[in-house]
Amino acid sequence: MGGNSDMKLIDENGIRIDGRKVDELRPIKIEAGVLKSADGSAYVEIGKNKVLAAVYGPRECHPRHMQNPAKAIVQCKYNMISFSVSDRKRPGPDRRSVEISKLISEAMEYVVFTENYPRTSIDVYIEVLQANAGTRCAGLTAAAVALADAGIPMKDIVPAVAVGKVNDQVVLDLNKEEDNYGQADLPIAMIPRTGEVLLMQMDGHLTQAEFDQALEMGVKACHEIYEMQKDALRRRYAVVSGEGEEETKGLVHAMTEEA
Amino acid sequence: MARSVVSEIKRDHIHRLIADGRRVDGRAWDQYREIMVQTNVVETAEGSARVKIGNTEVIVGLKMTVGEPFPDTPNRGVLSTNAELIPMASPSFESGPPDENSIELARVVDRGIRESQMIDLERLCVEPGKKVWINFLDIYVLDFDGNLFDACNLGAVAAIKSATVPAKANGLGEDFPMPVTCTPVAVTSVQIENSILVDPTLDEEKVAADRLTVTTDDNGDLRAMQKGLSGALTLEQVRTAIDTSRRLGAEIRKLIG
Amino acid sequence: MNKESMTRELVLPGDLLDAGTMKPGEGTYVHDGKIFAAMLGIKSVKSNFVNVIPLGGRYIPAPGDMIIGKVIDIGPSNWLVDIYSPYPAPLHVNEVPWRVEFGDTARYLAVGDTLLAKVLSVDETKRVQVTMKEQGLRKLQGGQIVEISHSKVPRVIGKNGSMIQMIKTYTNCRIFIGQNGRIWMDGNMEDMVHAMQAIKMIDEGAQTLKLTERVKEFLESVYRKEE
Repeated sequence: MGGNSDMKLIDENGIRIDGRKVDELRPIKIEAGVLKSADGSAYVEIGKNKVLAAVYGPRECHPRHMQNPAKAIVQCKYNMISFSVSDRKRPGPDRRSVEISKLISEAMEYVVFTENYPRTSIDVYIEVLQANAGTRCAGLTAAAVALADAGIPMKDIVPAVAVGKVNDQVVLDLNKEEDNYGQADLPIAMIPRTGEVLLMQMDGHLTQAEFDQALEMGVKACHEIYEMQKDALRRRYAVVSGEGEEETKGLVHAMTEEA
Repeated sequence: MARSVVSEIKRDHIHRLIADGRRVDGRAWDQYREIMVQTNVVETAEGSARVKIGNTEVIVGLKMTVGEPFPDTPNRGVLSTNAELIPMASPSFESGPPDENSIELARVVDRGIRESQMIDLERLCVEPGKKVWINFLDIYVLDFDGNLFDACNLGAVAAIKSATVPAKANGLGEDFPMPVTCTPVAVTSVQIENSILVDPTLDEEKVAADRLTVTTDDNGDLRAMQKGLSGALTLEQVRTAIDTSRRLGAEIRKLIG
Repeated sequence: MNKESMTRELVLPGDLLDAGTMKPGEGTYVHDGKIFAAMLGIKSVKSNFVNVIPLGGRYIPAPGDMIIGKVIDIGPSNWLVDIYSPYPAPLHVNEVPWRVEFGDTARYLAVGDTLLAKVLSVDETKRVQVTMKEQGLRKLQGGQIVEISHSKVPRVIGKNGSMIQMIKTYTNCRIFIGQNGRIWMDGNMEDMVHAMQAIKMIDEGAQTLKLTERVKEFLESVYRKEE
């Protein structure tokens, strides 16, 4: 937060520099199942953010001392590729990405039914290809779709969005300029159906009233993103009503024992 | 570990197919997989490309800054090439600093570009001995199904060709296109059971005895080579691989014009 | 089967499946007395239970499953077998059809060998044991291996074995299907290529309409050409 509120980011008609209204999301594109090697994957564009997420697992957990005999561990790794930002970022984790990875891991651990897969690891890799404010939310949004695409048992799909304050007004889904010169940033991830908040951070300055307004805006936007996440998965698994060719498990026996 | 053990049945099957003149995916020995090249995919880079060869996919970005030249080349820009085998791309890739595989990969790509003098580094000199353009070429493997050398070379070359030198933002006059002199193309073959197969898939690489990467320039001249893996090639096999690389290199070059 | 359960409805994690009349089955969870989908899959109703049939995910072993495994390590009194699952499975010398002296394991099964085995036991932390001590269980040699998602296995088999029987009839291949998604086949090179293509078709289109007809058309077209 630069906190430089002299910078005019919203005009007298309430229109932002990229032409949006204060409660409007940037254009969003979500695709599921974009990578072949991974068990599940997703590509997300939110405005100028471009993010890929891949899921591997559940798989054998290494190192062994990290194994939990009662459940799977969820390990998310958020990373920005070197040319995703204007000044080249040295490859490898920094303190910021380690913190974000931890928060996203914790959020995902809540929705995944980890007790189904004791002693395993479910690994989620988030790579930011192009960054323009809100990458952790785009990353989490992609990770949730990738987890569902991997067939991981989970309570629900999780959307995320940031709300902030610019020129003393609460605005949805900050872009880079608003993030740089705005007065507050509040990323939120939640399960829209239950209202459970799984990620929340804040920096800057918000009054209680502004926070309430921001939260309301964020919740509404999460519902919208959630529908787009589900739509991406439905498109990937486009199902038509079939002819009911389901099979019983026991038959595999018969088949393998034959010959 | 489970993934690194090659099933004997799979190995034998690939060998038998090859003895029969075939490949697992039905390609001819000198047939390349489908190639897709998309440039300028990342706005924050001066040049970028996303390349797919079959199911192998890489993204490459070029970032440029102004800095000091090396003392022994005071009037030339600097190129630094780096490859990241990120765990997103394969169950066998692990997090951490570049290992010997990614270093070899980056160096082979770098060699093809450097030795062909693809980038006219002298035109990237701003003030001899003091200020030159520094090129950071970063390669990320996103999906791994064999033949990273060719995919990374192609991605790197496409990213460089698409680049615009950000002179204006650095107070050095008008932006200009990256000064490029030629298009080096790497074509890799592997030797399995004395047959030379171009553009190997991951399954083929796992059972291959040797790998030979040959980078050619616009004239079909050789600019960089790298023999890999712990087998041995006959001179005849080397010639076969080079012939294939020159011929397919010319076709691939047309794709990225 | 009634008409309703024949509709292949895709559900996603968190989708409401039933609000009070049915019982929660596989792939579901209950929250506030309502049943929700716990994974991406096809909704299926059987004898008042609502289930989600997965379309992907990893194979989790269950006792009695016939599987195709790959030897990945050898100890003095056991082999470690990859069963295409998050859990590698030890095969003890007492669970093979041969008398193996201590330390002599490598003479019988080597790293990279493929075997037809059965899941003997799975404990609550998913420690698995497999056995080869049953008729028909053995080391597989020759032929080739295909790996698909375990969730597509029922579709490869088809109703009453109709799909796999059709593939066998056309291609003349011997085919074993492991519950874990590994498939072994043996036959003429040309026939195996066709059988593999047919299986790939099922793997990629497992949830689409008229799959049997499409696979039949494919096999019909390649074999008519050759005659």
